[in-house]
Amino acid sequence: MLEQEDADRVKRVLMEEFELEEDVLRPQASLYTDMGLDSLDSVDLVVALEREFKFKVVRAVDEERIRAIRTLEDLYGFIETKRREAQANPGA
Amino acid sequence: MGTHAQIPLRRVVITGTGAISPFGPGVESLLTGIRDGRSAVVDLSAEWSNKIPALTCLVGAPLPEPLDPKQIERKFRRSMGPTAMMAALAAREAFNQAGLEGETLASGRVGVSFASTTGSTASLEQSFLHYFQKNFTESLGSSAFFQIMSHTCAANLAHFFGIRGRVVSPDSACASAAQAIGLGFEAIRYGLQDAMLCGGADELHAVVTGCFDLVHASSCRYNDHPDRTPRPFDAGRDGTVCGEGAGALVLESEASARARGARILAEVAGFDTVADGGHLAQPLSDSITRCLHNALDNAGVLPEGIGYVNAHGTGTVLGDAAESQAVVDVFGPQRVAMSSLKGHIGHTLGASAALETIVSLDMLTHGYLAPTRNLTEVAADCVGPDHVTTLRYQRFDAFVKNCFAFGGINTVLVVKRYEDA
Repeated sequence: MLEQEDADRVKRVLMEEFELEEDVLRPQASLYTDMGLDSLDSVDLVVALEREFKFKVVRAVDEERIRAIRTLEDLYGFIETKRREAQANPGA
Repeated sequence: MGTHAQIPLRRVVITGTGAISPFGPGVESLLTGIRDGRSAVVDLSAEWSNKIPALTCLVGAPLPEPLDPKQIERKFRRSMGPTAMMAALAAREAFNQAGLEGETLASGRVGVSFASTTGSTASLEQSFLHYFQKNFTESLGSSAFFQIMSHTCAANLAHFFGIRGRVVSPDSACASAAQAIGLGFEAIRYGLQDAMLCGGADELHAVVTGCFDLVHASSCRYNDHPDRTPRPFDAGRDGTVCGEGAGALVLESEASARARGARILAEVAGFDTVADGGHLAQPLSDSITRCLHNALDNAGVLPEGIGYVNAHGTGTVLGDAAESQAVVDVFGPQRVAMSSLKGHIGHTLGASAALETIVSLDMLTHGYLAPTRNLTEVAADCVGPDHVTTLRYQRFDAFVKNCFAFGGINTVLVVKRYEDA
């Protein structure tokens, strides 16, 4: 599970980047139906998260994973996975 | 050969106007600034000489206050640079005045003809900073292209208002709005659309002024006295001053406007655009003359039916002389009143023909002629037209709007007072 502090960072990114109110950012909230994001926003979300968490999204590896993200909870899981991979392979 | 049925030409009227100009947001602030004879040109040396140290023109006509982007909902705003944002706000004012909304805009019978010199220059600069400094584009975000693309105004406007008719973007530098109005006029006149959102926009940027600098077409002798330049048709003119803004006009078939009970502001009667075919930067008075004759023929108006010429008049040495010569050739010496509004608001480039047509409409409606600001001594090579140098109260029934562009593009619109057939 992503630590609370990091989950808050994700929320802050969503609020700043997409002008969302905090009350919509529940773990089960859908990025698309509840937050109103679309395919262009998902591209910008990735760029913003790369900047915030200093990881690199590799399209060939991550595209399917990103496509599977539906809820904020899914997003937390994706970030946790990316961090684990970065720790396991720090030179990548 | 088969026979073709003659398509009856429809009358085209203006039912809405909107503006974002160097005098601020809204048509009223633009009209007030012009009526008061103010200059919107200011000193930009602090900002620009850092950006481009070799720049010689250090004045410009920016918006008096930066736009509040939050006026436009994020999902529409994200694909807009300042150029498209100004276009959207001007267009919203124009549609509000025209009373067009919702289902009508989505009917497929309403289109967009809106243009700019380029897409957003500020967004383009940001993109190239990423590219040149970091040599990659991944971190740009998804919307950079939509802000930069040349048809950013037209495409964003269609998205913003849910318009589903034809969307065209005749980007032709300073003639962009004039061609956009002209193409919108033709689409309605030939029955292809019932209404068209027309106009143009452009944003002020040091790079844009730098382009005029490169061809010695920018003003550089009045950096210490911004309000004294540009000086269209004046003996002391030394080039143009760039401004920014957006002008929007709702053009509509007479039948549609009357059926809706819309207030008709004036009639667009004619349009023409021709190329010099000779030089990309040096205006030719013969081409302007040809364009004026063609537009008047197109409108079915004789030269003596025109009471006012709203000049392109940018304050460049070559352009003002060529335009003055053409106006004399078509209308005769001292036969038609002429003024340029660029001494007030600078050259708003892709927006200029729209903003200046909107002011000319106000003159037509209220019977006055705004003078060419900064025209204190008519230059020898600009003598001929009846230059308006002080505010006149004078009724007229039709005007011509001239608009020319780098690339040898000449464009003329003919607008007249609306009268029932």
